[in-house]
Amino acid sequence: MKIYVCVKHVPDTAANIKTAGANGFDDAVCKFIANPYDEYAVEQAVRLMESQGGEVVVVSVGKEAAMATLRSAMAMGATRGILVTVESQFLDSEITSQALKAAIEKDGKPDLIFTGKVAVDTEGFQTAYRLAEAMSLPVVNEILKMELRDGKAVVEREIGGGSREVLEAGLPCVLGATKGLNEPRYPKFPDIMKAKKKEVKQMTLADLGLSAAAARIELVKLEKAPDRSGAKIIPGPSREAAQALVHILRNVEKVI
Amino acid sequence: MATIGIWIETEGGKVKEANFGVITAARGGGGENTLLALLLDGSAEAAQEALAPYGVHKIVPLTAEGADLDQSPDARARALAAAVEKLSLNALLGLATTPGRDLFARLAAYLKLPLASDCISVDVARQTVCKSHFSGKTVATIRMKASVMLCALRPNAVEAQPAAVRPEIVPLTVTVQDPGRVRVLEVRKAGGGKIDLAEAGIIITGGRPIGSAENYKILEACAQALGGAVGASRAAVDAGFAPHSMQVGQTGKTVSPRLYIACGLSGSVQHFAGMKTSKVIVAINTDKDAPIFEKCDYGIIGDLFEVVPMLTEALTQK
Ligand SMILES: Cc1cc2nc3c(=O)[nH]c(=O)nc-3n(C[C@H](O)[C@H](O)[C@H](O)COP(=O)(O)OP(=O)(O)OC[C@H]3O[C@@H](n4cnc5c(N)ncnc54)[C@H](O)[C@@H]3O)c2cc1C
Repeated sequence: MKIYVCVKHVPDTAANIKTAGANGFDDAVCKFIANPYDEYAVEQAVRLMESQGGEVVVVSVGKEAAMATLRSAMAMGATRGILVTVESQFLDSEITSQALKAAIEKDGKPDLIFTGKVAVDTEGFQTAYRLAEAMSLPVVNEILKMELRDGKAVVEREIGGGSREVLEAGLPCVLGATKGLNEPRYPKFPDIMKAKKKEVKQMTLADLGLSAAAARIELVKLEKAPDRSGAKIIPGPSREAAQALVHILRNVEKVI
Repeated sequence: MATIGIWIETEGGKVKEANFGVITAARGGGGENTLLALLLDGSAEAAQEALAPYGVHKIVPLTAEGADLDQSPDARARALAAAVEKLSLNALLGLATTPGRDLFARLAAYLKLPLASDCISVDVARQTVCKSHFSGKTVATIRMKASVMLCALRPNAVEAQPAAVRPEIVPLTVTVQDPGRVRVLEVRKAGGGKIDLAEAGIIITGGRPIGSAENYKILEACAQALGGAVGASRAAVDAGFAPHSMQVGQTGKTVSPRLYIACGLSGSVQHFAGMKTSKVIVAINTDKDAPIFEKCDYGIIGDLFEVVPMLTEALTQK
């Protein structure tokens, strides 16, 4: 099987984000990682390759530094990588999906494409869908379980309240991975060393005939989310504290 | 003045309460917009009843010709797309629940329109939204440049305000061509008819020290007294004390209830990514120096196994 996995290089979820100017952030002072959901996607792809043969190609649209995320995916077992370089962390998802499509189609014919459920930086929740629509492929996001059956993917996703839905999609298709799908492996040192030598094709947006200027989403402002100033500690032994809390929630905050 | 569609999410034929806040958001400050409630399922009469206090002008039940909406998520998106065009909507809003964000993403991809998902506020007149970036650490203001504004809102992010209008029912039939790409084989309903965490108005969460699945009963009793739902931290889920469907945070659910009570949680960034926009946050923790006390509104320093039952007791006393 030829499997493509779309991965994004994002600030560590634990990193402090220092906003800069009206709508930017200082990416030099924060640690970046592979988007956590993409790791489930890479793991699933590598497992399929291990059981069925073929190759796993990881594709990223990002700044030069995204090379590190491609290397970490290759350390997990992906065969090779493609990096489409862009200037900003905040590329419109319409353009991102077009870049992914163009890069994949230029490279080969996919049997399966994986993404993570959402990128944790912009939390856009749409690139997988746009990629699938542009390629006229089926898409299911947030999958927790999957198997291949008669040339189809049978997948499971949660639909709220703990209920689940089982869906079927013909191959090739685009599947968005979420936590629960598998346990991503920790690469060992030799795998990390091997990944450094794996092939990565590099190209720019312009090489694919695309431009970031076509964006229809404009990030006007990026501000630190308002922080709470710290808890008002309700003193006293547990019983009195519990009663005082109920009083506050009822009569001051009026939330119960 | 704009014509705004609101996709109304239903559950078992009934309108979900979380829709009311979306209607308030769509109304805009001056209440100058015409609001159409679009139904893909459920009863139009029940929706008329439920939505009347919130200011919707028309209830539009959609009938799709040529496709089975229950079987195909793409058909649902295309039915809505057809309505967007037929009704010349300036914007379409809805809930960013699990089904909602899937529906809006399919719709946006199909219509080739920009989409803002999981927004915490929306200004239709200015075509801007606010939403979280970087796991709730920053708030982004985004301007959308499109003929139709598509926006899915985080449940409970906008508080519902009453505005009585008697809506009329205006059915609409659309023709839908299902691309037949994805088919629903089975729906496995979770028992108990519990409120989905993402939509609950009150949530009480247990962290790692809860120690067992059995011990969640203490929180369930309290949740019942509050009329809320029970959540878990990832540490508790990974330890096998609770299912993943109960996890709140970065890799779990994003919630925005009016009251969030965290019992035995340290206050990790990843947990806060999923509940930071709650209106009132209360922490119960044995450690007076626990980081969570720096990030919440009220705190009780104490053992959750002692405090929570007393809280339940205090709630049930009149
Ligand atoms: C990529 C990534 C994604 C993640 N996603 C999530 C996510 O979605 N959700 C999530 O929750 N976490 C997530 N985490 C994990 C997160 O970093 C924390 O490890 C986790 O939230 C800690 O859970 P906790 O607060 O229950 O436990 P702990 O950090 O162990 O805290 C327990 C707290 O309980 C207090 N305590 C102990 N005993 C009692 C008692 N009897 N009564 C009262 N208080 C007591 C302690 O003082 C302590 O403060 C993620 C991490 C990563 C790296």
